[in-house]
Amino acid sequence: MASKELAVDVQGLVKRFGDKVAVNDVSIQLPRGEVWGFLGPNGSGKTTTIRMICGLLSCDEGRGQCLGFDILKQATQIRRLTGYMTQKFSFWNDLTIRENLDFVARLYQLPQRKSLVNDTLEKLQLQHRQKQLAGELSGGWKQRLALAAVTMHQPQLLLLDEPTAGVDPQARRDFWDEIHHLTASGLTVLVSTHYMDEAERCDKIVYLAHGQLITQGTVHDIIRDAKLFTYKAIGEGVRLAAEKLRAQPGVAHAAYFGAALHVSGYHQAALLHAIQTITPTIHWQQVDPSLEDVFIALMDSAGADKRSYQ
Amino acid sequence: MSSFIASCSASLSRLLAIANKELIQMRRDRMTFAMMIGVPLMQLMLFGYAINTDPKQLPTVVVAHEQSPLVRTILQGLQNSGYYKLEHNVADYAQADALLAKGEVSFVITIPSGFTRKLIKGERPQLLIEADASDPAASSNAISRAQTIIDSALRHELKGSLSELNAGLSPVDLVIQRRYNPQGLTQYNIVPGLLGVIITMTMVMITGMAMTREVEQGTIENLLAMPAKPLEVMIGKITPYVGVGAVQTLIILLAARYLFDVPFTGSLWLLLAAVALFIIANLALGFTFSTLAKSQMQAMQLTFFFFLPSLLLSGFMFPFRGMPHWAQWIGEVLPLTHFLRIVRGVMLKTADFNSIKYELAAILAFTLVVGVIAMARYKRTLD
Repeated sequence: MASKELAVDVQGLVKRFGDKVAVNDVSIQLPRGEVWGFLGPNGSGKTTTIRMICGLLSCDEGRGQCLGFDILKQATQIRRLTGYMTQKFSFWNDLTIRENLDFVARLYQLPQRKSLVNDTLEKLQLQHRQKQLAGELSGGWKQRLALAAVTMHQPQLLLLDEPTAGVDPQARRDFWDEIHHLTASGLTVLVSTHYMDEAERCDKIVYLAHGQLITQGTVHDIIRDAKLFTYKAIGEGVRLAAEKLRAQPGVAHAAYFGAALHVSGYHQAALLHAIQTITPTIHWQQVDPSLEDVFIALMDSAGADKRSYQ
Repeated sequence: MSSFIASCSASLSRLLAIANKELIQMRRDRMTFAMMIGVPLMQLMLFGYAINTDPKQLPTVVVAHEQSPLVRTILQGLQNSGYYKLEHNVADYAQADALLAKGEVSFVITIPSGFTRKLIKGERPQLLIEADASDPAASSNAISRAQTIIDSALRHELKGSLSELNAGLSPVDLVIQRRYNPQGLTQYNIVPGLLGVIITMTMVMITGMAMTREVEQGTIENLLAMPAKPLEVMIGKITPYVGVGAVQTLIILLAARYLFDVPFTGSLWLLLAAVALFIIANLALGFTFSTLAKSQMQAMQLTFFFFLPSLLLSGFMFPFRGMPHWAQWIGEVLPLTHFLRIVRGVMLKTADFNSIKYELAAILAFTLVVGVIAMARYKRTLD
């Protein structure tokens, strides 16, 4: 990692809202050209961290650079080179698609504005709907419009805050294809998400809980480092057993994956003892823990959402 | 029957649930709560203490071409009545006229030479009171009492052989001139004033809401993430509404001219320059409100909180000079107070730049202070 140039290099970021610590000592070293996934339960500080990186929030402690600029002092320069897509659609609902794009282009003082807006509309395949109000678009189209708008000035870093929340599966897939298309030209991306399939499409994952960085690495690394054992069972009686299993020592979590119940634990012997005590008649099969198993276990051990703001 | 009762009691419990939820939300929205307490208190204070439709102690200048015990008696009587406050004594009528034009005095009392001699001879000398009738309500009581005041003052003085002068017609021929508004028409006062009132209300409210709308809809995050400087945002946000204010001004000035026949004696360009400054002052205030308010609703409430004293303490609805000093001081802070003096001065009294320069300076100072607060409050981050 050290050999690559870093797009984001922040150390010890701390943000407090009143006496609540939203982000506590988070350090991220994101190399240029990579796509990193930002995961963690709601209220874990993902949005706050992203906002600090792009200068939308001041940090209480910590320092760092973003695209070679100091995040504390050079927010203006960072803004010019960064595209930030907010969690909630934050373009103007009462402006048309074209007017929104045109406004963004003017704020960034982009040259050849008209042809740029035309090209963007064409890429979005929204030329025929350019006079429609942005507020009338469906969730998926809003996200595509937002992505097009925040990349129009050709940023070097893209910060995406849960870009696909509430978007249908096909639109999600299209959205990610677009992200990979953009990274092919060297763009660096930090994307927060709750979807495991999206996390698996990232080069690396950063997992946050309670404002603290719990773990980071590739999907493979994180699963391996979790040292989790997982068993799976299907069938009658499984549903009733879940509650009892959760209460057993040795069970880190019990969660449904479709019709199957997964139980995971950190000690194989204790886990086996628990499932044999509670469900002697059910057949359990050992499986490789999935990323989701690992995250549910991490989330359970980290505790509940402590977010107090918003 | 029982099911009817059940449905009644059920609806009552739901009603109470909704009432309770409403109470909780009301308590959480501190601004609304403060307004619900603050506005009645403010109204009580303003209507109860500040507003007085029978203004007294109105500043008066005397141009006495002669001094005599009888003249002093008359002046003393006017002073003692409480309506006239004899502040100035000038020998030159032009000076007195200038004071009246600037609005520094409400009355000019002129005592011609030979007044005492004619009075004693029973020739009913003229005594001239000129009133600034640009606000007819402010001067009307003082004017209507003048004759009585003078007569009763003289009654004590005209004794012995002079006492017969008290009989019949008043010994003094009181001549009253209502300057700037000879017929005492209230629309001469109200319509120019409305220009200021309408600009205050709409400009503060529109800009106050324009910025909070971005906050409420979350578009502020996007705006902040893009490279726009605070000054660019502020001026960019305000500029379109300057145009709106210009249209309002045009409508009111045309209505003043063609519907209400209000005279326009001064310089149109001077007035337009003052209107422009006044619009900017109000827009800057609206922008400041939008940095304080968290929702459009709160911006509306702040606007109302500002609008109420502007309406009551500026001299628009009630005579400025009728108010106690503390209320006048508050009034002096409000841009509308100064704008009313300008617009009435220019339209009715042919005021020139020199006579309104202090009012202009006051509005400019207000704009600068408010603008600095707005810039300081406007955040480039979401903290």
